Amino acid sequence: MSETRSEIERLTSAGYQYGFTTELDTDIAPPGLNEDIVRLISAKKDEPEWLLEWRLSALEAWKQMEQPDWAKLNIAPIDYQSISYWAAPKKKPVLDSMDDVDPEIRAMFDKLGIPLHEQKLLSNVAVDAIVDSVSVTTTFKETLAEAGVIFCSFSEAVHDHPDLVREHLGSVVPVRDNFFAALNSAVFSDGSFCYIPAGVRCPMELSTYFRINSQNTGQFERTLIVAEDDSHVSYLEGCTAPQRDENQLHAAVVELVAKDRAEIKYSTVQNWYPGDENGVGGIYNFVTKRGRAHTDAKISWTQVETGSAITWKYPSVILQGDRAIGEFYSVALSNQRQQADTGTKMVHIGKDTSSTIISKGISAGRGQNTYRGLVKVLRTAENARNYTQCDSLLLGKDCGAHTVPYIEVKHPSAQIEHEASTSTVGEDQLYYCRQRGMTEEDAMSMIVNGFCREVFNELPMEFAVEAQRLLSVSLEGSVG
Amino acid sequence: MLHVENLTASIGDKQILKGLDLDVGDGEVHAIMGPNGSGKSTFAHALAGREGYEIGGVATFDGEDLLAMDPEARAAAGLFLGFQYPVEIPGVNNMYFLRTALNSVRRARGEDEIGARDFLAVAKEAMALVDMKPDFLDRAVNAGFSGGEKKRNEILQMAVMQPRLAVLDETDSGLDIDALRVIAGGVNALRSPERSMIVITHYQRLLDYIKPDFVHVLVDGRIVESGDHTLALHLEGHGYADFLNTDLNAAPDRPLAGTPS
Repeated sequence: MSETRSEIERLTSAGYQYGFTTELDTDIAPPGLNEDIVRLISAKKDEPEWLLEWRLSALEAWKQMEQPDWAKLNIAPIDYQSISYWAAPKKKPVLDSMDDVDPEIRAMFDKLGIPLHEQKLLSNVAVDAIVDSVSVTTTFKETLAEAGVIFCSFSEAVHDHPDLVREHLGSVVPVRDNFFAALNSAVFSDGSFCYIPAGVRCPMELSTYFRINSQNTGQFERTLIVAEDDSHVSYLEGCTAPQRDENQLHAAVVELVAKDRAEIKYSTVQNWYPGDENGVGGIYNFVTKRGRAHTDAKISWTQVETGSAITWKYPSVILQGDRAIGEFYSVALSNQRQQADTGTKMVHIGKDTSSTIISKGISAGRGQNTYRGLVKVLRTAENARNYTQCDSLLLGKDCGAHTVPYIEVKHPSAQIEHEASTSTVGEDQLYYCRQRGMTEEDAMSMIVNGFCREVFNELPMEFAVEAQRLLSVSLEGSVG
Repeated sequence: MLHVENLTASIGDKQILKGLDLDVGDGEVHAIMGPNGSGKSTFAHALAGREGYEIGGVATFDGEDLLAMDPEARAAAGLFLGFQYPVEIPGVNNMYFLRTALNSVRRARGEDEIGARDFLAVAKEAMALVDMKPDFLDRAVNAGFSGGEKKRNEILQMAVMQPRLAVLDETDSGLDIDALRVIAGGVNALRSPERSMIVITHYQRLLDYIKPDFVHVLVDGRIVESGDHTLALHLEGHGYADFLNTDLNAAPDRPLAGTPS
């Protein structure tokens, strides 16, 4: 039996493919966080006064707050004064023409498999490419503009669509929401903004690709998506980072606003550098994601989290309007010494609101994986419904899976279902597949992908293929 | 085809197979019968290469050292095990599983992979053999299957894999008479001069449908008696009591006593 265990360990010892660094001429602020730095960031971005004030209020709030410690995570103390809060590639891209993107940056994205040349794009996806917190280019802008869709970097949106930004920024995740959200609000550098006008079905998938490149910098993006009445958008997000020995902080905020009968589908494939097998290095991924669904609106989060040393992330939906729908589909993998504490909050406010939570946690190596979720039904939410399913899969004997569901119900008509299971990958399953001729690697990949099937089914096609591949790579060892 | 000599298997201190000898020629069907705990399933898994056993002795397959091969190499060599308890793999559909399995052994043998369309034809033929419903291919491997469906699925997989040696481990357990007929029908259709089978069972009943060329009695990790199908009939009437006696020759009505196995 011990032999089988070591086989599983071998199969699950991962290699990270995206650990390369690109030599870019970078503009970096001195480390430390104070009013001057916030003013510097705001000035660098030539921001209006109201936004500077908003940032400063967030900084004040943050100073009064403490880093949360309720998650089942073992986080080494973070010195927030030793981090640099601003890094940007120096060569300013001219956004009108793709050819003006720094060739080094273009080469970096080519290496990552994200072509920035529109003519080379095979799939129907518009990309906003963000390096070290700054948007370097956005593709397919004209095509989208014809449909009335705005898709641009957050900084551009602040200048070109200030009213839209001002109206919605912080409307779902207020500056005081939590420690990391406050930090982000004070120092966020860039991110994506997207606006779908009433009645418009966005003609293509929108995608943001995040890349951390610089050393000793934090990455703080802010994404805001506003879908007006009767509109529809599907948004994808991918992330990677170089392999480095020190931990890097990533504290992002994503806000979604789905107005009446609108639908937002938000998919993430998170593959930040996870650190090495001894737990050295890796990204601290502390992210606040939340959407507000108005009457008959639907917000659906799908996430595949395979990277980061530590993941602290709870994409949530406030089901504000009657008959609003919230969905959360998650695959979270903790391998080596990775820790993930992730889940969702579904807050039922409107009548006849419904939510679905499908969480698949995979633990391997010495990884620790926690599902933490809240289903809250307020007094106003007559006939609220929730279905939750949390499945954990353990690969090996040194990893852990934990499930922490919170259910708070204030209306007697609520129907809440919670199902949970924990299983191991079966030596039985591996043996069965091998008896049918498959190698151990193929068998493991097939079994784990099968475990995640319900979530992968929710991803757009190209992303589903990518997610399967990523999961296989993350679990594959250096066999040979 | 298969030569087994003085095969031993143990888990920890517990020895289960204590020197098992067996020779299986091309196209032969051998039945192995024996009481609970005699080592029947262990023998099947020792042949298929399940990890966790301490194995000793000799087992060759077409002259190759079977015991030195990984389970997947044994499958590629043409050994198939029909599981007593087929394993569930949630989320993986049968069609995908079967095609991956078939293409894995084809690759290992240096053959071309089979395309989706050709495979569908192969799968449909196999499904007809064991009377599987059309929705079967879209369902997850064994997940939510009834006992009978799981066993039929094993025979279906065998039909797709076209093994040279099939070891069927208690394929009849938990089946009603109709299901037994379907499965036996499938197995019989797959009999051929090139394909050998080892049918492991508790009960003679299965052997009414799958008529073996040889019957062996396995008791306490050894084959204690071998004969033709009439041996199975004798066991049906008398049970294994005759063979459990430590002094075998003292058993009053032990059949064929003294005949070399």
